[in-house]
Amino acid sequence: MALTTVRPQGMGFDTGRRNLIINGAMQVSQRGTSFATVGTEYTLDRFQAQNSSLGAFTVTQSSTAPDGFAKSLKWDCTTADASPAAGDFAGLNYRIEGQDLQQLKKGTSGALSTTVSFWVRSNKTGTYILEIVDADNSRNIHKAYTISSADTWEHKELTFAGDTTGTLTNDNGLSMYLRWYLGAGSTYTSGTLATDWQANVNADRAVGQVNLADSTSNEWYITGVQLELGTNASDFEHRSYGEELQLCKRYFQSWDNTASDATSNRTIGGGVWYTATQILATFPFEVEMRAAPTFSTSATDSVTAYGGGWAEQRVGGNGLDTIGTKCARLNFTVGSRTAGHGALVQRQNNGSTWTLDAEL
Amino acid sequence: MFDMNITAAQYLVNVDGDQDTIRATIDGTEVNVPVYVGNRHYDEIMRQVAAGTLTIEDAD
Repeated sequence: MALTTVRPQGMGFDTGRRNLIINGAMQVSQRGTSFATVGTEYTLDRFQAQNSSLGAFTVTQSSTAPDGFAKSLKWDCTTADASPAAGDFAGLNYRIEGQDLQQLKKGTSGALSTTVSFWVRSNKTGTYILEIVDADNSRNIHKAYTISSADTWEHKELTFAGDTTGTLTNDNGLSMYLRWYLGAGSTYTSGTLATDWQANVNADRAVGQVNLADSTSNEWYITGVQLELGTNASDFEHRSYGEELQLCKRYFQSWDNTASDATSNRTIGGGVWYTATQILATFPFEVEMRAAPTFSTSATDSVTAYGGGWAEQRVGGNGLDTIGTKCARLNFTVGSRTAGHGALVQRQNNGSTWTLDAEL
Repeated sequence: MFDMNITAAQYLVNVDGDQDTIRATIDGTEVNVPVYVGNRHYDEIMRQVAAGTLTIEDAD
């Protein structure tokens, strides 16, 4: 007798990697743990705050979390705005590369549904909106969810239909993002909420959304974020801190000399006195990055070159050039020595932080 | 598109003679931005240049 396995839609995706979200348990926060008066900026790893003139909020990594989780992302209203202007809005974004979304089969007749699940908590009860945006084709879809009980963790599961229109570009660029709205003016609330995929209409994007900015007593927490194929939410896919950190480093790396490296300088790589006053050296990244990253440093003279019995501290120069996805070239000036000598380059223990940013 | 406030931008020339990096001040922070399509800061710099609201200074 032949046996046939029947897998209804929403089932059968529950093995292997299910969660398309990195850092969904809010464990990793390389940029720090508190972000005051957020505008448009990344906060906890992979999660971007966006506030367009709606009061003011501080975002923090919080230890308030539901059972089974240790961390959450918290929005705290610090300046109230009970009457938003038309174009004001605030929300939390999660942005995804197109090459990581091809399994959604978006833009084909076989486009698959996806389900977003998460834990959420707020003193501000009422209706909230979660949006999925197809950035390649300017399309979006929305689901409302309700926070029913104040100051109580609630688990939400929202299923979004597949979209047979608009394929996602198979590359390392932005193709899709999720946005949890926290407040919006009439530009985004005056229409009818688009609960099916459609070309963007701003008025249909946040209809019914409560205003988290209407009191400085308001706060909103989220953790356990999962995006998966199918119509059912499976249990949250917990990954180790180390694994999440490595995944996050594709988008952002922090070379911090204030914490674990505080008692010792950190070796960067080898180099050479290219001229008597110029050092060129390798700077390999910890993980290959999504794109060539933007480099910044909180202190300019945070590098020392050792060679020939010398130790010369950086006094100027470009800092970093020839930036690729795997490494870059340190390029800085030092006190005069002898060209051609080898150099060992180390970070200085001066409390500085270097960052590499390849976020979407 | 981000709400980046870019107040300065200047090409840097490396020892090979290439202008492969832009020194920019973005949201008050001085950064080195690679000339690389797909880097969100470079893409925004070029968008603002195309819009006529930003000029990248030549290298010193």
